[in-house]
Amino acid sequence: MTVLESMAPPTGGRFGDFGGRYVPESLVPACAALETAFREAWADATFHERLAELRSVYAGRPTALTPATTLSADLGITLMLKREDLAHTGSHKINNVLGQALLAQRMGKTRLIAETGAGQHGVATATAAALFGMRATIYMGERDMARQRLNVFRMELLGAEVIPVTAGSRTLKDATNEAMRGWVAAVEEAHFCLGSTAGPHPYPWLVRQFQRVIGEEARAQAPVHPDVVVACVGGGSNAAGTFAGFADTRARLVGVEAAGGAAMTHGRPGVVHGYRSMLLQDEQGQILEAESISAGLDYPGIGPEHAHLGATGRAEYVTVTDDEAVAALGRLARAEGIICALESAHAVAWVLRAAGTPELPAGSTVLLTLSGRGDKDMATLAGVTE
Amino acid sequence: MKRLYPYLTGGITEDWTDYLLAYQEAGADAIEIGLPFSDPMLDGTTIQRASDRSLRRGTTVDTILADLAAVRDRISVPLFAMTYANLVFRDGPAVFCRRLAEAGVSGLIVPDVPVDEADGLSAAAEAAGVDLVLLAAPVTPPERLAEIAARSRGFVYAVSVLGTTGERDELAGTAAPLAARIKAVTDLPVLIGFGISGPEQATAAARAGDGVVVASALMRRVLDGATPGELLDDVAALRAAVDQADQEVPADHAHAEVSGDRG
Repeated sequence: MTVLESMAPPTGGRFGDFGGRYVPESLVPACAALETAFREAWADATFHERLAELRSVYAGRPTALTPATTLSADLGITLMLKREDLAHTGSHKINNVLGQALLAQRMGKTRLIAETGAGQHGVATATAAALFGMRATIYMGERDMARQRLNVFRMELLGAEVIPVTAGSRTLKDATNEAMRGWVAAVEEAHFCLGSTAGPHPYPWLVRQFQRVIGEEARAQAPVHPDVVVACVGGGSNAAGTFAGFADTRARLVGVEAAGGAAMTHGRPGVVHGYRSMLLQDEQGQILEAESISAGLDYPGIGPEHAHLGATGRAEYVTVTDDEAVAALGRLARAEGIICALESAHAVAWVLRAAGTPELPAGSTVLLTLSGRGDKDMATLAGVTE
Repeated sequence: MKRLYPYLTGGITEDWTDYLLAYQEAGADAIEIGLPFSDPMLDGTTIQRASDRSLRRGTTVDTILADLAAVRDRISVPLFAMTYANLVFRDGPAVFCRRLAEAGVSGLIVPDVPVDEADGLSAAAEAAGVDLVLLAAPVTPPERLAEIAARSRGFVYAVSVLGTTGERDELAGTAAPLAARIKAVTDLPVLIGFGISGPEQATAAARAGDGVVVASALMRRVLDGATPGELLDDVAALRAAVDQADQEVPADHAHAEVSGDRG
């Protein structure tokens, strides 16, 4: 399969060996109906007009492409930052959620269900629900609620119901299980507004299509084609959206995983949350708990398209430790006056580490997606630096 | 005769196979054995807790199959394994199904492998002589239901309700219409599961279908520390309830009642 084919609508919901629709029978008709609705909407000019309008007058798009002048000089590269931190609600998550809320409305759904890790997707979903006059139910691991309290407060202020998940590691993995259970029980009136390029078909494809605006804008804004395109990867939506804009160029595509949640680097193929991909799991096939300072990357899986891009060699996946991410966040803040999210700081950390080495030679032009802003992480960072 | 398939999470206690023997003695027609998975997407809190407890004891597919092999000559009812896709695909469906068969397990239920994803697993199960049981849900459209019924082996599992496993106050209104729809397109037995919480619901469900699967109501008792002897009484009560559906309601009547529900 060529790269261009891999970016096209997947047949049978597969990206090479990955993807699929491994869900209980109760959810199969809902997934099929969502796929049909999405195909129709995506072919409908009115839908695109409405989405474009929301992006522009509501979400603040296009987001800026900022030259990182100080870091570029320090590192001997040309670094450009795609500023998803400037989008409404503070991250790229709003791109996907506005698209899915429009779809939900089109399908006559009155309620949005979502899982959230860092809370950015939960906030975006709560925001869209408020905008569209829908109910929102957000499942969030208890541990994430504690470390992302600000986002819990924001969701509740927006009128969403936040349900603490106490099972397992009490993080995104468990919140996703619980959100899917909630969806099974409410499948007729609720739309599952999944936040990443994961889950059963059509979600990995649909979410990437709603996120590809990141890559398409960046490509149009960049004065030259970058040599390297880099983004952090948990489930992988900001990276998938960014990569989509550059897949047909010669740019190297680099996804940066958290060392404690590195499904591509340390995982093996398996099935969880409705899809087949690379997963952190033990010898028996039990899913392992990820361990990252960044709630948004604290997830044992990765989107199936990334698994495919990695398997075919079109994209490469690297890891960054908690300490490197924290240091990178501080250095970006002081050098450029931008406080990014801990998730995004992983991408920054890889550039800081690799610049000037054979991994990222001096003189390279690098486009890096800053997936979100760091306000939500101040309490975590205060704890780290104390 | 109406069937009773009680469920037990494998490895839930050290002496967990004693519960199997108790179920059998109490009149189970077959027993469903859960192979615990870390992320049981379709299970409510009771089965989640049971899975967690079993996994914390160090249970693996291997330990369960070894325990089963040890009591194999004392078990005469069919055993069905219930688990999730990742455990089945870990070493490949062919190896997995062969190991089940070698341990005397004759059927397999994998709720996150719907019929569209079942090709490889179906073939592997058939080659190993294991019945791959498919599930149907209240939202399953007619054409799809016919495909599920045609490709299911052993029985068709009617998921009575839109929701996870777990006890409910009464049998969902969706149960009887679904059972009737499935029975209209297959000669396989139709077993109703999810939310069968006690004898009353078991009688009602057994009227609508060919039998019932009972899981959470029994596992709650096991989690609370009930002994195999106490579970024998519970399963015997369910047995009586299921038999009552046979004795009280002639088949025609049950059918008429179900048809009424559909309208």
